[in-house]
Formats: sequence, structure tokens, C-alpha cells
Amino acid sequence: MKMNKIITTLFATLALTLVTSTSFATTPQERGLAISHETKARDKGWTDSTANMMMLLRNKQGQESTREIKIKSLELDNDGDKSLTIFNKPRDVKGTAFLSFSHPVGADDQWLYLPALKRVKRISSRNKSGPFMGSEFAFEDLSSFEIEKYTYRYLGEEPLNGLNNFMVEQVPVDENSGYTRRVVWVDDTEYRIQKIDFYDRKNSLLKTLTYVDYKQYLNKYWRANSMHMINHQNGKSTELKWDNYAFQTGLKDSDFNRNSLKRVR
Amino acid sequence: MSVKKNLKGLTASLLLTPYLLLSSYLLSKGLQANEFEVSGKVGIEQRQFFSSNQYEHQFNQSQVSIFIEPELYWNWNEGSDSLTFKPFYRLDQQDDNRSHGDIREFSYIHASDNWELRAGIRKEFWGVTEFQHLVDVINQTDSVEDIDGEDKLGQLMLNLSLVRDWGIVDLYILPGFRERTFGDEKSRLRAPFIIDTDHIEYESSAKEQHVDLVARWSHSLGDVDFGTYWFHGTNRDPIINLKQQDNGIVLGQYYSQMDQFGLELQMIVEDWLWKFETIYRDTKFEHFWATQSGFEYSFIGVFDSAIDLGLLMEYSWDSRGEGRVGNRDKRGASFQNDVFFGSRLAFNDMQSSEVLVGFSADLDHNAFSFLVEANRRLGDNFKASIDIRLFQSNNPIDQLYSIKNDDHAQLSVEWYF
Repeated sequence: MKMNKIITTLFATLALTLVTSTSFATTPQERGLAISHETKARDKGWTDSTANMMMLLRNKQGQESTREIKIKSLELDNDGDKSLTIFNKPRDVKGTAFLSFSHPVGADDQWLYLPALKRVKRISSRNKSGPFMGSEFAFEDLSSFEIEKYTYRYLGEEPLNGLNNFMVEQVPVDENSGYTRRVVWVDDTEYRIQKIDFYDRKNSLLKTLTYVDYKQYLNKYWRANSMHMINHQNGKSTELKWDNYAFQTGLKDSDFNRNSLKRVR
Repeated sequence: MSVKKNLKGLTASLLLTPYLLLSSYLLSKGLQANEFEVSGKVGIEQRQFFSSNQYEHQFNQSQVSIFIEPELYWNWNEGSDSLTFKPFYRLDQQDDNRSHGDIREFSYIHASDNWELRAGIRKEFWGVTEFQHLVDVINQTDSVEDIDGEDKLGQLMLNLSLVRDWGIVDLYILPGFRERTFGDEKSRLRAPFIIDTDHIEYESSAKEQHVDLVARWSHSLGDVDFGTYWFHGTNRDPIINLKQQDNGIVLGQYYSQMDQFGLELQMIVEDWLWKFETIYRDTKFEHFWATQSGFEYSFIGVFDSAIDLGLLMEYSWDSRGEGRVGNRDKRGASFQNDVFFGSRLAFNDMQSSEVLVGFSADLDHNAFSFLVEANRRLGDNFKASIDIRLFQSNNPIDQLYSIKNDDHAQLSVEWYF
């Protein structure tokens, strides 16, 4: 009888392994890493994408300001993604564009094009913690997710938005990050990020980002239509609304160089 | 004189007719997926001078002007073909020469995977430093706009850009030359004598029709970006000569031919940006080396805020050294041994507020300048700027000596549409 129970348990464990592929992980660190690998793996193969983004900035007094941005990204197998960010609004920065080659380890390569001067400026990517366009999103919040950028720890499970979620703590490897850690909620069915808590350099809760209204593209890739960032310390918030998502549009490496940076709209 | 300038602009646009025809053909061909956009800006600017005029005929204190710079943009074939038209006009209350128009851009671009063809009137900027733009050579300076040399006249060009694994190669044919703009006798911020915009001489017998050629190679290797070029054609810097006229002496402009080598280099080392520019220029009268080098150091989020602070320092050297008053063979250079300090504050707020403070000093003789540039967005579509500039020199060999009474503040409001 006892033997039978052990065998049943063994089979149950094996079955679970097949389903979640995370059960071999024993320590919270290994489990956290495994969940993050799975998140990354499920989002592989999109090749390239384009999307429009609207940012709605709100301060404590309720004053609002909008930003209109177009983003083109290229997935690379053996390196971080390449991306081109094009500003449309506010109108005084129309035509300004930002080219970034992200790397899993080490600093990203970044160039900024200023259309009034026709000048391409190489910029230091150590500015990760700075606000993006005066919003509550820091540059690092918008860069591509790479496994090597964090160390991981599994914290447990918690229901959120009617889904069961894994909670994983991510500690940035880069000392220039503005955070001591992030806590990420990932649902256990599709491995979509539902929520992130950001802790500042003094380890107090700084911001919360929630992902709303996920939509699936090409029967595989999940993207949230809306993302809401609240800064708990200054009372400001920023809402991101995504529009016109397109994948595998045929973008090439040649769409991500200094020439395309100067030309792109 | 501004009528004549406008006529020249017209001639330039007539030269563009073939491009236009080509473009309209391409437009009609690709009508199914084209995009058309109108944007631009309108602005009003007031300059207030702190002291009275140094020279006769100059206006006394205040100068108001308005300007418009619309931009029309078409693209088709999913963005691989595009046409941009950007005219500009400024109406100035005091200076007839500053009331002027220009076609800043009227160009067609065809982009392919590893090459790009750009044809028409365009602006091209090269360089990495902030206080002097040594290597920037393609476009003529529109010096009536501002004294910082950052406003440029549109240049007619044919540019083939080739993208290779080892960098980008740009080849330019520049048909047609633009003379530098100068203020009239009423203008402030000018030399004691008025530069006559009707007395222009050229070394080349082709005059302003000389076809200039440029080849440039630029590349990024890790944390280093560099660009180097060879320019052969009309020198953008005129030599100012005294001319005896019936009604007295005037200053004429003489444009020599030149060969110029240029190199720019920028390197990122953690929070440091190291910058270096150098040129070697060879003309009939002189040949010289000049460099501009320095750094920018960034503090991200100072005092636990979102504010970024950048500290800049640059140094200028020129092998021609100091000029001597009244010695035509020793004209010298204005930035021959000069040092620049700057500090840039970016507030990273909703209004993108920025403040730049700069100071320059000539290490060979008495000449200093000080500047503050501050700007922020107002609402969604307006931008306000305040610029303050102070000059001090007691040495007539320095360019600042001629504008030592021209300390001023400038307030401008721009509306973007």
C-alpha cells in the first residue's frame, strides 16, 4: 500500500513535470528562473513587430499630457532585440527617433536623432533609471526582457484578475538600475505578466504596473492592450495604450541603422 | 537685397523641377499606399539688448521677429520613397537682411536595403562636440538667424549612401553654392563694417555653380562612433575684403576653393562621453589644422530627483593662432586657444524643461562669453525659450570685441502644428 502511494506520488510528480516543466526546480531560485525561462520561451519567434503606443501622463492634480509613439522591433536569436522608437507627439519632438540595440549582458547601444539639427547623437545607456519622456516609465521598464538581466526567486502563488499567478522576485544584475528588486505576477496558464511591483534603491515600494486586456496574436503571442503605471511616492501615473500591433511584417536588420533612424516616420 | 535672395531661392527651386517631375511620377505610381502629412512651427521672438548700439545706424534696444517653417511630407511604397518640402520665412522688425526666406528642405529619398539615394535641397549635420561645429561642412551658415552657427541654409545635393558591414559610405555631389547671410547696417551682433551682400567674388571661374564633391565614411564599433570625410569645393567661410566704391569703402566677400579632411570621434566610457573633432583645410591662401575636443559627464537623477545633470568641457585649438589687427596675412582664428565650460540640466518633467549654462574664455587674450538657454513646453503644442548671452572683450583682435555691447536676452514662443 505504502509502495503504491509512493508510486502514485511519483507519477503525479512526473505528470506535473510534463505540464509545467518547472517541478524539477527545487530551490526558490531555480523555480523563479524556470518560470522566467518559460515566459521568455513562450514569446519566442515573433521575428519582428510594429505597434503604436499612446502615453497618457497624469500628475497628482489630474493634469494630463499625451505622447504618441511608434515602435518597431526586431527579434535576434543570439543577442537582445533591436528597436526603433519614433515620436509623433508632443509635436515639438515630432520626428525625433531613438535606436537601441539591447544586449543581455552589458550596456545597450543607443542613438538619438534630433530632426531640427539633423543630428544623430550616441547616448550613454547607463541612464536606465531616468524617466522616459517625462512619464512614470523608466527607460529600463521599456527595454526588452532578457533572462540575463536579473536573478530570480520564486515567492509563491497568488490569485489575481481571476487567474492563478506565480510570484517571482527579480533582482537586477546591472548596478545602474533604479531598482533593488521587482516582484512579478505571471499567470500559470499562459505565462503572461499581470502585475509588477517596483522597489526603489531604498527598497521601498515605488511603482506598480498592471497589464490590462491581453490579446493573442498569430495564435501565440500575448500582448496587453493597456498598461497602467502608478507611482506610489509622487502620486503621478502613466497609462500606455497599444494599438495596431503587427507581427512578422518583414522588417530587416537594415531597418535598424543610422540611415533608417534619420529617415523613419 | 532680400528680393534678390528670394529670386535665388526661386532659381534653386527651378533647378529642382526634374526631381519634382520624377517624384510626381513616382507618387502617381505608388498612390495605393501613400501617406501625406503637414506639420511645422510658427514663432515669435523678441531680443532685448542691454546696452545701446556700438556703431552708427544700428538699432538701439529691441528687435521683434516672427517666423514660419511648415513641413509637407509624402511617402509611398511603404515608406521606401518619400518627399519632404520645408520652406522657411522670417520677418524681422529691424534688420532687412534678417527678413529672409529659404527652402530648408525639398528632397526626395529612395531607400533600399543597403543603399539610399537622396536628391534635392537638404541639410546634413556632422560632428559630436557642442560649442563649436568644426567638421560640419556641407551647409552654409544662415548667420542672420543666430550667432551660434547652428542655423543652416538648404544645400542642393545628390547623395548616395551605402550601408556595409564596415560602416556607412556617403558620396555627395553638391551643385550650386549658397553665400553666407549677413545682417544689414541696422543689425546688432555684427562687425563694425557692413558686409556687402552684392560684392561676391569666387576663386573658381564657375563661381557659385562650382560642383563640390564629398566622400564620407562613418561607423560604430562598440562604444566608439567615428566619421571621416574629404571635401573638395567652395569654402563656406568667406574672406572679407575691403572694396573701394564710389560711395566709400565696402566689405566684399571672397569664396576660395578648398580641400578639407575631417574626422569626428566619440567614445562612451561609463558616464563619460569623450568627444573629438579635427579638420585640415587647404586653400590658396592658407592651410591649417584645427581641433575641438572635450567631454560630457552625466549625473543621472541628482539629489534623489528625476533631474539629470551633465557637465561639459571643451577645448579649441587652431594652428593659425591669434590674428593681428590690420595684418592681412595674419588673420588668425577665433577659436585658437579657447576653453568652454557648460552644464546642462534636464528636468525630465511633463514639460521637458531644460537649462543649459555655458561659459567660454580665450586663453591668449581678454575675451569671455556667457550664455543661458532655457526652454519648456507649454501645454501640448507650445514651447517657450529664454536665451541670455553676455560678451566681454577689450582686445580688438577678438571677434567678441565687435559685439561687446550686444549683451542680450531673447524670449521666444513657438507653436507647433
